Amino acid sequence: MAEMIEAQHLVYRYPPEIGADGKPGAPNPPTLRDVSLTIRKGSFTAVLGHNGSGKSTFAKHINAILLPEEGTMRVDGMDTADESCLFAIRQKAGMVFQNPDNQIVATIVEEDVAFAPENLGVEPKEIRRRVDEALKAVGMYEYRNHAPSQLSGGQKQRVAIAGVIAMQPDCIVLDEPTAMLDPKGRQEVMETIRRLNREQGITIVLITHYMEEAAEADRVVVIDSGEVVMDDTPPKVFSQVEKMKALGLDVPQVTELAWELNQAGFAVSPEIITEEECLAALRALLSRASCAE
Amino acid sequence: MLKDITIGQYFPGDSVIHRMDPRFKIVCTLLLIVTLFAGNSLWTLVIGGVFVLLVQILSRIPGKLLWKSLRPILPILLFTAVLNLLFVGDDEVLWEWQFIKLTMGGLQMSVFMIVRIILLIVGSSLLTYTTSPILLTDAIESLMSPLKGIKFPVHEMAMMMSIALRFIPTLIEETDKIMSAQKARGATLDSGKVMERIRALIPILVPLFVSAFRRAEELATAMECRCYRGGEGRTRLRQLKAGARDYIGFAVSFLFMAGAVTVNILSK
Repeated sequence: MAEMIEAQHLVYRYPPEIGADGKPGAPNPPTLRDVSLTIRKGSFTAVLGHNGSGKSTFAKHINAILLPEEGTMRVDGMDTADESCLFAIRQKAGMVFQNPDNQIVATIVEEDVAFAPENLGVEPKEIRRRVDEALKAVGMYEYRNHAPSQLSGGQKQRVAIAGVIAMQPDCIVLDEPTAMLDPKGRQEVMETIRRLNREQGITIVLITHYMEEAAEADRVVVIDSGEVVMDDTPPKVFSQVEKMKALGLDVPQVTELAWELNQAGFAVSPEIITEEECLAALRALLSRASCAE
Repeated sequence: MLKDITIGQYFPGDSVIHRMDPRFKIVCTLLLIVTLFAGNSLWTLVIGGVFVLLVQILSRIPGKLLWKSLRPILPILLFTAVLNLLFVGDDEVLWEWQFIKLTMGGLQMSVFMIVRIILLIVGSSLLTYTTSPILLTDAIESLMSPLKGIKFPVHEMAMMMSIALRFIPTLIEETDKIMSAQKARGATLDSGKVMERIRALIPILVPLFVSAFRRAEELATAMECRCYRGGEGRTRLRQLKAGARDYIGFAVSFLFMAGAVTVNILSK
C-alpha cells in the first residue's frame, strides 16, 4: 500500500459559536467544501493557501484532531473516524505546530522528546535509544540537557520535531512550522525537514505560506475556500503566476522574474523555481543575445 | 528585569546528596521537620543542627546560598522572637519597664524558636537546592502513588506541576513583553500610589491570562497529538531507582532523628 493519506470528499464546518444567550448561533459556512487528496508514502507535499483557506483545518484531519462531517480520511489505511485506531493514527502521522513554545511539555529537552514514547508505554531503554536518535536526527543532541527556554526559536522547533520523530512516525504534518521564526531558524527547520524526507523516507506534509519553502517540495497543493484548486509539481503550479495572484498567493521571486520576462517576449520558461535555475536561464538568454549581435 | 526570578532554586552539582534518590531526600526532610517540631529540648536542636550542617558540607552548597534563602524570612524571624520575648514568661525576670517584662524563659523560648525556624528553612532549602524540579515532581508522584487507591489524581497533579514549572519562564517573558507594550502606550506602572499601581496591573494581567488560556489549549492539542492519554500505561525515560547509598543515607538520617527524639524524652 503506497498511499499514506487518502482524503475523499472531506467536508467540515466548525461548530457555531455559543451566543450570550447560551444557544448556538447560526451555522458556520463549511471550512472544507470537498477536499479529495491522496499523498504517497515518502513524498514531500506542500499545501498552500491564504489565511482562512482551510489548509490548517485539512491538516488537523490527518491527525484525527478534527473528524470530517462528510467523506472519509484514511491514514495508512486506517479510518480516522474509527476511534480504536486513534492512537495508532497519531503515532503514524505526527504533527508539528506553529508555536514551538506551546508544544514543548517538559523543562528539559530530552525529557520533552521522551514525552511521546512515554505515553506509548515504550520500555525505558528503548525510550533512551529513540530520544538520542531523534535528537541526533534534528541536530540537537548537544542540547539534550538544556532548558527549552534557553533555546532559539529554530532550535525549539527542531526539538518539537524530534519529539514527533521519537514516535517513529511514517508521516509528519507540519502546520506553518516556520511562521514564528527568524530567517536563520526557518533555514534550520527546512533543512531538517528535507533531510528527514530524503534520508529516512518520512512522508512530509508541509502547510506553509512561504513560497520559497513550497518550492522545495515534490508537489504543491493549493487550497482555496475549502477546495483543492491546484495540484502539481512546484514549477507547474508556480508558473501559473496570474492564477496564483488571483488566489491571493505569491510565487517565488525568481518565478515571477522569469514569468515577467516570458510575458515581455523573451525566450525564458516561466517554470523556474530556484535561484540556480533562474541564473542558468538568464545566462542562456544573455549569451544568446550577445551571439545575435 | 523579571528574568532574574529563579523558581525551584536548583543548584546543579554532583555531590552524594545531589545523587541521592529524591524520594529518600523528601522523606528525610519530612523526618527532620517532624523532629524539629516535636522536640522541645535544646539537645534536639543541637542534633538537628549537626545533621543539617553535615548535609550542607556533603552537598557542597555554599553557605552564601543558604543565607540567601533565609533573608526573605528575616522579618518573620524577628517578629517571632519579639513575640516570644514579650509574651512567654516565667518568674525569672531579667528586665522590667512599665508593662514590658523580659524573663529568662522568654529569652530562651525566642532563641529556641529562631534556631528551630532557621533549621527548618535551611533543611528544606537543601532539598530544593540539590534536587532538580523534575526529579522533585517525579518523586512526589512516586511517593503519593498509594493515594491512587482512593482515586486521588496523582499523575495529573504531577503533570500539572511540571507543566507549571515549564511555563514559568515563558510567561515571565510574556509579562515583560506586555508590560513594555503597555508602557509604550503611556501606562505608568512603577509610580503613583499603591491603589494606582494595583489598578495599573489590570491591563497586564488580562492579556496575560487570555494568552495563557490560548497556550493551554494549544498545548493540550499538541499533547494529544503525541498520544497523551493520562498516567495509565505510561513509562518513564528516567526510572527512580533506590540504591545502597539511598538506604544508608536514610538510615543515617533516621538514627539522627531517633537520637534527637530519645534525648528529648530523656531530658524531661
